[in-house]
Amino acid sequence: MLQSLGQNLAFGLLIGALYGLVALGLSLVFGVTKFLNVAHGELLMFGGYASFWAFSLLNLDPFLTIPITIVFLFLVGALLYKLVFSQTVKLPEEAKIKNTLLIAFGLSVILQNLALRFWTADEQSITTSYAGAAITVLGVRFPAVRLASLVVAIIFLVALQLFLKRTYTGKAIRATVQNWEAASLMGIDIHKVYLLSFAIGAALAGAAGTLVAVNYSIQPAMGLDWTMKALIVMVLGGLGNIPGTLVGGLVLGVTESATSFFISSNYREVAGLVLFLLVLIFRPQGLFGKKEG
Amino acid sequence: MNLKRIVSIVLLVAFLIVLVLLPLVIKKDNIINLLILVLLYMTLASSWNILGGYTGQTNLGQAAFFGIGSLTTRLLWIKGIPFIASFLAGGVVAVVLALVIGIPAFRLKGVYFAIGTLALAQILNITVGNMLPDMSYNPGLSNYQLAPRYYLFLALAVFIIGIAYFLVKSRWGLGMMAVREGEDAAESLGISALKHKLLALSISAFLTGLVGSAFAYYHVSYYLNMPFSPEWTFDPMMMAYIGGTGTIIGPIIGSIFFVGLQQLLVMNVGEWHLIIFGVLFILIVLFLPGGLVEAWTKIRQAFVRRKKTIKTQQPLNKEA
Repeated sequence: MLQSLGQNLAFGLLIGALYGLVALGLSLVFGVTKFLNVAHGELLMFGGYASFWAFSLLNLDPFLTIPITIVFLFLVGALLYKLVFSQTVKLPEEAKIKNTLLIAFGLSVILQNLALRFWTADEQSITTSYAGAAITVLGVRFPAVRLASLVVAIIFLVALQLFLKRTYTGKAIRATVQNWEAASLMGIDIHKVYLLSFAIGAALAGAAGTLVAVNYSIQPAMGLDWTMKALIVMVLGGLGNIPGTLVGGLVLGVTESATSFFISSNYREVAGLVLFLLVLIFRPQGLFGKKEG
Repeated sequence: MNLKRIVSIVLLVAFLIVLVLLPLVIKKDNIINLLILVLLYMTLASSWNILGGYTGQTNLGQAAFFGIGSLTTRLLWIKGIPFIASFLAGGVVAVVLALVIGIPAFRLKGVYFAIGTLALAQILNITVGNMLPDMSYNPGLSNYQLAPRYYLFLALAVFIIGIAYFLVKSRWGLGMMAVREGEDAAESLGISALKHKLLALSISAFLTGLVGSAFAYYHVSYYLNMPFSPEWTFDPMMMAYIGGTGTIIGPIIGSIFFVGLQQLLVMNVGEWHLIIFGVLFILIVLFLPGGLVEAWTKIRQAFVRRKKTIKTQQPLNKEA
């Protein structure tokens, strides 16, 4: 009993880190541009398929396909920004959020149906030669693939944080978040900042897609479920709060695994959504966010 | 002006008579099914429009009301309750659900309301799928006839579009539109935003629930959580936008357009209709927020202006 509870908790934490990575791109994009890109799950799906292709055609190890996925999704993100999202930059914030939400819904319909045409509705997954390997600590199993995913997720979180804090471009992005008008007056090209943030957000979705393909499976209709997860984590961690994203992911992962353990695994998604609603209603600034103004 | 009005009423009545007589002329089931599909989407898009278009609250959880309506009707009907009673119960239960979730949901403003309602609909979708995983069969299967289903949807379409038409002209409707244009401004004029939002939500939910009930009457066999799936929100929402939100005719045009495009393209190329529809939806949100209705008025205005300029130019030309 205690051991299986421990096992559940461990799985929850491992999955939670992956959830953090899933939400990272969405949170960055929302924080910087105020675009609510609900097609994030579809971008993640495209990342999963890119990895799946590189894995099955080039025989690459899935973790080595991550650079390919990132470049591919970065370009897709840049293209989507140029074609579609850049049109909404000048709108006032409230209208911008609503319009980008609607646009992203249209986009998710398009991407989902394109995926259906390219890759059929069949479920695919990446199974590595070391899929069964695991480390056992105190009777609790830690599968190698999940541990590797945890490491990858943390690398990306730290890398993004360092990029935002330490580089000149990162500073420009943070300045834009604080006050885009002032940043623009200081000579920061807002369009470039938005383009870069959106493309990085898409690239992060792609990396998350690789991990999802390795740990779970991918199929064209998966987008909405992962978008919901990303939204839940983003709201739990506080909108646009990067370190909060990891914490939010862990909270969601543990909530889900606790639900599986105490109630039924059929209700794990429901538990996440209920948590999401409660936070939206009672703590809209996120579990760990500070109250605004 | 009066003559124009009489002509349009006569045309409308004639059109309705044609629609009523259609099943007597057309014996092909697939055409009747197609008409039912148009009416189904039309009623859903029009009901969505009351809250999403006229009151400005983007409801991404409409599938919850559609689903709860069909679930209530189907279960009661299978239990042997007369159909009319089960049909109405579908709408009533949807209103109860709307009031239960509306009061907390309207604490969420703008986009939070949208994603909050989406989460609520997903909760119901998953829960119903878990609790009632079995396929449901139509109790009226032994003597299933298409014509009564068609008439039910037709009557529902007339009812819903009629309600929307009169609601918009009423005090309530004006209050809803005031809330859409600016909640704080509306409040400052003594219009309670919460009251009008709840009112719009309840009406929209009641009508959507009735459409769900009709769906339970129409559909032969389906999984009970199928009407809860998010497509039942997204497709009608896109139709309302493409036709033109906040207009009576918009959702009607949008639904006819959607099903027409679907039929046209399905014959050739599979799911392309959804891709094209998605592209069109994005273009409309970006460049033509009034939808096809706005496009039409713009074209007409441009035409009328040209005619006027020609008229005013002519005398000048003569003098010259």
